[in-house]
Amino acid sequence: MSTMAVGGGLTRSASFYDSVIGKKAVMAITGFILFGFVLVHMAGNLQVFLPVHANGVHPLDEYGAKLRAMPPLLWGARIVLLVAVILHFVAAIQLSLLNKRQARPQRYVKLAPIVSTYASRTMIWGGLVIFFYVIYHLLHLTIGARFVNPTFEEGHVYQNLVSGLQNPVVAIFYMIANIVLAIHLYHGIWSMFQSLGIAHPRYTPILKRVSAVLAWVIGIGFCSVPLAVLTGFVKMTGGNL
Amino acid sequence: MKLVLNIWRQKNQNSRGGMVRYELDGVNEHMSFLEMLDVLNEQLTEKGEDPVTFEHDCREGICGCCGFMINGVAHGPHRGTTVCQLHMRHFRDGEELWLEPWRAAAFPVLKDLLVDRAAFDRIIAAGGFISVNTGSAQDANTIAVQKHCAELAMDAAACIGCGACVAACPNASASLFVGAKISHLALLPQGQPERSRRALNMVAQMQQEVFGSCTNIGECEAVCPKGVKLENIARMNREYIKAAWAYREEAAAGGGG
Ligand code: FES
Repeated sequence: MSTMAVGGGLTRSASFYDSVIGKKAVMAITGFILFGFVLVHMAGNLQVFLPVHANGVHPLDEYGAKLRAMPPLLWGARIVLLVAVILHFVAAIQLSLLNKRQARPQRYVKLAPIVSTYASRTMIWGGLVIFFYVIYHLLHLTIGARFVNPTFEEGHVYQNLVSGLQNPVVAIFYMIANIVLAIHLYHGIWSMFQSLGIAHPRYTPILKRVSAVLAWVIGIGFCSVPLAVLTGFVKMTGGNL
Repeated sequence: MKLVLNIWRQKNQNSRGGMVRYELDGVNEHMSFLEMLDVLNEQLTEKGEDPVTFEHDCREGICGCCGFMINGVAHGPHRGTTVCQLHMRHFRDGEELWLEPWRAAAFPVLKDLLVDRAAFDRIIAAGGFISVNTGSAQDANTIAVQKHCAELAMDAAACIGCGACVAACPNASASLFVGAKISHLALLPQGQPERSRRALNMVAQMQQEVFGSCTNIGECEAVCPKGVKLENIARMNREYIKAAWAYREEAAAGGGG
């Protein structure tokens, strides 16, 4: 028969995580952290549109240098993000296997969704695309691995960004990935509240609208950078540190 | 009116089953969907064929026995209705319909459109009850209940356990059902003594029956014949999360309870 979550400390955490609701709560909290990061990251990216300082340094390079000058903060944030990604990813895979394989082994001959959004039905696929995109993006513009980005130069954020996105295939891939991210967040932002049990007939509809707006903002904000490079609006001349 | 029916026929739990096509003439638009199937079954019986098995009891939309998929939608195209209360006037003459049983690992198909929903009963047995002394009932007004709590509890209690939420959910999750049952009792003073244990045990049982998890998609709410709201799932999450961290065994040694 059924078991109950009793005991303390680790056992309690383990049995909480064992439950589907616990896993969703973990996904909501880690999703919230990742969403916060995405917002800050976008604000950082948009500095690409700022004019070069009088001393010839681009604000984006200055920003990058500032971040690198604070290793405890930078690495603290990176560790938190890494843990959040791992937890979010593992819980998603576990739940998805339960939902797609075990809970309904025999599929419908006909199944017609009537109210659900495209975003809500494709969370796992969107999530996987984002996951692989992030790995690529880290190799491409953070680590600057030679086999992904041969023109990469450590510390030259603006220059790396522009030269990296001048390849149309790469720029289009970035835009597609960020549209997928926006779709993921369209459902994800309000969904984390529901998973944590925060719902109210008056506020939930507003929350859904806010999450749609934020998804658009993030989608447009992130896509604007590769688009600007691709169209030549943002050019190489800007930054030398 | 005339209909083309593609119906899932399956001999028993272990056979494979498949869609079988029937043409049915002389359907009256005032018939309920089940009455239409009665007509088909009469014809099948006369021909010496096996009639289509489907579950039904009250035919008033209150018992929760009936239900199957019509064209991929649980309880068919009309919102807030069980199939027994769905009338043929909602369909076009000559329309082709696809009838399928609920599909979930926890709801094995017993025959044709009939599934075994005992998993729901086991979830209820795990915690969907309150403990009271039997004997003469106390006066109805001795326990004060706030009006909005009574109303929310009543809305949740409208659930008839038909299983449409599970059927419509892409994850075959029973969250709307369990959420409704947990909410119904958690909102009332009578439900307080077992509140934590109820949330923990019913969710654990739901998982043991291999229902999927909720991804906040909302198909369940859309097909629910009783209009049970998604808000009940949030309440279940809330109740479970709270109980999972705050629950203390009554027999725990030391300290206050
Ligand atoms: S037969 Fe009772 S609800 Fe349909």
